[in-house]
Amino acid sequence: MGKEIFYFLIFPGLLFSGIVGGFLSWFDRKITARVQFRQGPPLLQPLYDFVKLLAKETLIPKSGSRFTFLITPILALFGAVISAVFILLPLFGMKTGFVGDLIVIIYLLNIPSLSYMIGAFASGNPLAAIGASREMKLILSYEVPFLLVLISIILKSGMSIKLSEIIAFQTVNGAFIGSISGVLGFIVALMCIQAKLAFVPFDMPEAEGEICDGITIEFSGTTYALVNLTKYIMIFVLPALVVGIFFAGMNFVGINILWSILKIVLVVLLVTLVRNTSPRVRIDQAMRFFWIWMNLFAVVSIILAIFGL
Amino acid sequence: MGFKEKCFKKSLWVFHLSAGSCNNCDIEILDCLTPKFDIERFGMKLVGSIRHADVLLVTGIVTRKLLPRIKEVYDQAPKPIVVIAIGGCSCTGGMFKDCYTFKGPLDKVIPVDAYVPGCPPKPEAMLSGIVKFLNKE
Repeated sequence: MGKEIFYFLIFPGLLFSGIVGGFLSWFDRKITARVQFRQGPPLLQPLYDFVKLLAKETLIPKSGSRFTFLITPILALFGAVISAVFILLPLFGMKTGFVGDLIVIIYLLNIPSLSYMIGAFASGNPLAAIGASREMKLILSYEVPFLLVLISIILKSGMSIKLSEIIAFQTVNGAFIGSISGVLGFIVALMCIQAKLAFVPFDMPEAEGEICDGITIEFSGTTYALVNLTKYIMIFVLPALVVGIFFAGMNFVGINILWSILKIVLVVLLVTLVRNTSPRVRIDQAMRFFWIWMNLFAVVSIILAIFGL
Repeated sequence: MGFKEKCFKKSLWVFHLSAGSCNNCDIEILDCLTPKFDIERFGMKLVGSIRHADVLLVTGIVTRKLLPRIKEVYDQAPKPIVVIAIGGCSCTGGMFKDCYTFKGPLDKVIPVDAYVPGCPPKPEAMLSGIVKFLNKE
């Protein structure tokens, strides 16, 4: 029992993934600033933001459900942390997990988005409701390609649905990114995590200029701090999952430490560059993009994976 | 200065409210975000919702129509919040002080922490106003 609590609260869980996620969120903002020829925020900026929000007043909207509104950021944080534990433990080379944990991870990664939606509807704000309905459509869009990519991964790894076995298979037979189906799947997975993180081509749920932060509009003070912490953790966990299923996980022997860190940073860099070089699309365009093009890529990737390419 | 105050000063999130301005000050506020001035260096950023804001920038004379709305936005903001009057209009009323829709100046309506006069004030003036206010406390 004590070991599980340690996993959840300290090492791959809340503290560790929060700190690394904060660093990656700073990295994302810094790269954004450099792309726009600006200086960018200082290194400790995520910490300053988080502590400041914790110290502020928490307001509860009058026309809303008080309990649901307050519980949803905690649920979102819980989902993010528990998926961090499930993803990061196999990634760091520990032989944990159970058969089928990949499927559990898919469900757990949806909890933050679902919680934001419930919180937005509970706040009783019309703009939040618009953001939540967009988030719902976005989930419908990106879940199918993401599942298809995972099917192609499962096919390539010899019908294994355990993350640590998939990573072990890649360490023996080479990373999946080295094959054509792997490259196609990586493109689809990159777009899916872009949508999961609600970054710019797919940031309709929290479009700032349009619906004023959308789903998070009514969160303030501590609740918004928890929402931000969840975002920090997700910006670490989703690239970590991609590194796990395409780049053969992480290795902590000698010079490999550097490569392992560079893999995560590379995926975050790609996400940030896509974010900075594209405009926001409409929700119908995003659905068409995922349902037609990304599904096509994913199905081609599955067919190539069946033929062993 | 405690760690909490330091965090507050290092991450000011700005909400921008136009109380009947001619849009000139608003354009100058947006200038602060451009690469030349880059207020994100100091951890400031423009947010879309008053619930996330630490600084309320008000531009323009306070008109009759906007008076209740300004009060409501101030009430909706999570405290502590810093109110800054941007431009001559919100500081004193400027050339509109005898206008029939004039209900200001802003400090009659809500408590104001800092004034940045000018028509419109330069982005440098706004930054220096905020820096002076933060160093005062």
